[in-house]
Amino acid sequence: MTDTPVLSVRDLVVEIPTRHGVLRPVDHVSYDIRAGEILGVVGESGAGKSMGGNAVIGLLDRPARIVAGEVLLSGQPIHDLTGDAIRRLRGKKMGMIFQDPLTSLNPLLTIGEQLTETILEHLDVGQTEARKRAIAALEEVGIPAAAQRINSYPHEFSGGMRQRVVIALALCAEPDLVIADEPTTALDVSVQAQIVALLKRLCRDRGVAVMLVTHDMGVIAEAADRVAVMYAGRLAELGPVREVLTNARHPYTAGLMASTPLASQGRKRLRQIPGAMPRLGALPSGCAFHPRCEFAQDQCRAEPGPTLDRCDGRAACWFPLTTDQKVSA
Amino acid sequence: MLAYIIRRMAQSILVLFVVGLVAFSMFRFVGDPIDNMLGQERTQADIERLREQLGLDQPFVVQYWRFLEQAVQGNFGLSYRQGRPVADILIERLPATLELAVVSGLMALVGGIALGIFTAIWRRGVSANVIMTLSLVGVSLPTFLIGILLIYLFSVELGWLPSFGRGEVTDLGGWTTGFLTESGLKALILPAFTLGLYQMTLIMRLVRTEMLEVLRMDYIRFARARGIREKSINFRHALKNTLVPVITITGLQLGSIIAFAIITETVFQWPGVGLLFINAIQFVDIPVMAAYLMLISVMFVGINLIVDMLYFVIDPRLRVDRTQGGH
Repeated sequence: MTDTPVLSVRDLVVEIPTRHGVLRPVDHVSYDIRAGEILGVVGESGAGKSMGGNAVIGLLDRPARIVAGEVLLSGQPIHDLTGDAIRRLRGKKMGMIFQDPLTSLNPLLTIGEQLTETILEHLDVGQTEARKRAIAALEEVGIPAAAQRINSYPHEFSGGMRQRVVIALALCAEPDLVIADEPTTALDVSVQAQIVALLKRLCRDRGVAVMLVTHDMGVIAEAADRVAVMYAGRLAELGPVREVLTNARHPYTAGLMASTPLASQGRKRLRQIPGAMPRLGALPSGCAFHPRCEFAQDQCRAEPGPTLDRCDGRAACWFPLTTDQKVSA
Repeated sequence: MLAYIIRRMAQSILVLFVVGLVAFSMFRFVGDPIDNMLGQERTQADIERLREQLGLDQPFVVQYWRFLEQAVQGNFGLSYRQGRPVADILIERLPATLELAVVSGLMALVGGIALGIFTAIWRRGVSANVIMTLSLVGVSLPTFLIGILLIYLFSVELGWLPSFGRGEVTDLGGWTTGFLTESGLKALILPAFTLGLYQMTLIMRLVRTEMLEVLRMDYIRFARARGIREKSINFRHALKNTLVPVITITGLQLGSIIAFAIITETVFQWPGVGLLFINAIQFVDIPVMAAYLMLISVMFVGINLIVDMLYFVIDPRLRVDRTQGGH
């Protein structure tokens, strides 16, 4: 493995022009993902988690667009690629897994047709070989009797099995990066754990870099190596998952953790963060979190929060929490 | 699937029974047929004798049963006006209508689907918007007006195409066709276009709406995220899903092409069953009207049955649900 991260996002800004002004669902976000690493991206709805993932793979819905920053895939800039150039990378170099396995598969094509189609598109193999690989891909994600099931239609699978098929589809052309956008949200809790374990195993076995977008702290704790916490389009905190979960430096992360029932934290009463995340069209001045932050000071109200590279690289906060504060919170 | 087909067929037969009842009732509501058949010089004895001879003294249900019995065998009695078996007259006229309906149906189907896909994929393009605007003409102008305008332009002003009739026809063992002669083909153009235009614009707008809907689905996004080519996304992933609802409407529309043919055939004096029906109404030729009604309903029911079966071919989800009862 080389030192170049598989995915490197630098100062990415995504804007949506609207009648009431320009919205920034992704605002100067930077992170790296290395081969074999799972980066968890958490945040509330509308924090810009999915938008970031879509921007990386080049599937932003109009009128959203990347206006600044860069996306490097194995060192190569891909944020300004269009048309056929970016299409060739999708599936081949980077795969994507969507939230709802019930709607992610084309109901009128067998899963075999959908798999071989993807393999034939990206790999230089014939029909027979593509079919063989499709069966192997299904076996790898744990579909029993893959050789028979390959001729089945999506509706003949259960939700968890369908998500396995979706994962097989995303991985069948052997990409280096997988963006999993809320892969477990639509599933039963019992199935969620299986899917998370599957993602983890594939990531380790193949050395794939995974961007795991979710709002579920449990999934992050279970699967991720590092975690990026997003708030109102900005990166609030970025660090190794154990560190961030047990020793949050950004007040928002601390609040998020205090409101999450994690088994490791015992039976303390859950706290909630006062207020709600502001809409993108109505961001407060200064740090976007300051109206809800119990530690906010004048600087927080006046100046936007620092980006990670301008502070300690861990928490985008003027006054990151120390261990003492965390206990009192 | 077999059970489903059998159930649908049973329903179809029920529909035909009801239509048959309506057709049969016409005879009774439009006056006593004996009046029509016997002249001014008639006695009560004549009337009684004829009534008995024709079975008109029997109860309604018995008469209806006899009507059905005969209808199933293709016997609809004699035309009041022409004095010939109605079945013969219909068979004589049917090729003209079927040829017209098939040609305009194909035009509507092929043109409608192609234009619908085009306007959906290039929905922001200039030509797509021009087509959409023009299609409003097809949807909103009544058929007879379009026919008359076309006759004025291509027959009267330009003199390119004939304004009425079928041209020269060739007799192929009882089936008269206009496909084999130049004048026959020329005569077909204007009526076929007139008849098919409305259906074509309707199918086009329907395909476009459905296609736009399907292109927003998650599986299209997922296909894009896998790097599938646009061409394959549009024609393999999206089109097939578009066709499921389109088939329903299209099937019904093809049925109504045959029914709408009445107007087009009148405008172009096309010697088909539609024109026959209009003439029959003018002369209160009940047997012809009843037979026409039955013929059209058999076609409608038949097309519906075919449409229902097409679902099975296109949509695999139905194949299991119906027969195994599982989901």
